[in-house]
Amino acid sequence: MTYIQLTYGDLILPALLVVMDGALSLVLRLKLERQLAIATVRMVLQLVLVGYVLTFLFAAVSPLWTALAALIMVLFASREIVARQKRRLLGLWKYGLGAGCTLLAAGTVTIFSLATELHPQPWYHPRYSLPLLGMILGNTMTGIGLGLDVLTNGLVRERAAVEACLALGGTRYQAVLPVLRDALRSGFMPIINSMAAIGLVSLPGMMTGQILAGIEPIDAVKYQLLIMFLIAGGTGLGTLAAVIGGARLLTDNRHRLRLDRIAPEGAA
Amino acid sequence: MLTVSGLKRLHIFASFDLQDGECVALQGPSGVGKTLLLRSIADLDPNDGTVKLDGALRETMPAPVWRKRVTYLAAEPGWWSDTVQEHFSGWDDALPLVARLGLPLTCGPWPVQRLSTGERQRLGLVRALMLQSRVLLLDEPTSALDSASAAVVESLIAERILNGTSVLWSTHDNAQASRVGSRVFVMRTDGEIEENRP
Repeated sequence: MTYIQLTYGDLILPALLVVMDGALSLVLRLKLERQLAIATVRMVLQLVLVGYVLTFLFAAVSPLWTALAALIMVLFASREIVARQKRRLLGLWKYGLGAGCTLLAAGTVTIFSLATELHPQPWYHPRYSLPLLGMILGNTMTGIGLGLDVLTNGLVRERAAVEACLALGGTRYQAVLPVLRDALRSGFMPIINSMAAIGLVSLPGMMTGQILAGIEPIDAVKYQLLIMFLIAGGTGLGTLAAVIGGARLLTDNRHRLRLDRIAPEGAA
Repeated sequence: MLTVSGLKRLHIFASFDLQDGECVALQGPSGVGKTLLLRSIADLDPNDGTVKLDGALRETMPAPVWRKRVTYLAAEPGWWSDTVQEHFSGWDDALPLVARLGLPLTCGPWPVQRLSTGERQRLGLVRALMLQSRVLLLDEPTSALDSASAAVVESLIAERILNGTSVLWSTHDNAQASRVGSRVFVMRTDGEIEENRP
């Protein structure tokens, strides 16, 4: 297993491509140069930082530090989920629902794969657990974010239909079921699309990375398949939990639709 | 008998009885809270106060059971499926009412989008009447209908009242209020109701 090592100097020439983008923005007055500069600097700092953090974690192999890193990743994921919502829940649930469901789904699936397939020593070894968690989190987050967004928007839009069903003696589950189905379908769509397109349209980044690092393509493919199965499972679990949890929060035990638990639009 | 005492929802405050086989008309300016009152009795919004049917507190039964007995019908009823008949547990049983209200008998497989506002309002009424509820809370049930159709609705409800159904009927039409109601409640802007005996 050999790979061509890069020095920081090797990155200067490729970085000029971003400078070219910036020049393009200036010439065509796209007003993107500021955003582009900030995004580029953020990316460099974040990645270099993460490189050092991972180096430290891999050397320490401490359950405590690994858990802390995992927790921080989940918190960032739940912040992303909230940022993508057009309508947000009131109170603690705003972050709580997304964070709880990502943690549940991504955590379960990661531990499942560590325990049944990869068997690292110790089982929580950060070299395996953190990259796996990261891959699963990123996708679970998308599913949960989409599912919740479609759920809250759907309940607001379909309020008359939901309440008509309730007024005729339907339970809250019967009444929200059509909206619930839409929300689950939206949550599942991205992973289904990416599974269908993978290999033909896109070569996944992780597989490309492994191949560049000198791994036989067919071995890299096996790893990629493992990851995709885990992602599909995590997305399904997380989206289901979040959408059903959201539907419960937006109804009450007297089977009423409680849109008053959605924060007013435009509120921070 | 429906007993409402100390019902509170936002600015609304109401206490009254509704006997079996009695129809009370509910009037008041737009936006005064007539819909809020009807929805609160059906327990569709959080509210305070005691509401009983034949002495049984609504909280002693699951909300869906309560709403099958005390049924609220919105002025613009909602539709959750694509076709008309999917909204009925037994479409064939509903056909006599459909015919009576002057709707085409073939409208079962129609998409809901195809219906006019008036057709939706009548089909919403049929859907609610199929429950054979003890109490009907009708929110302007003829607002989108011509006078002939409205008369059919009035006579249909009158039959139900003769059979012991209680009705609280919200309407903007003074003539209709005195036609259908044996009593008339007027909701004031402060959210309380006062009774006008015709």
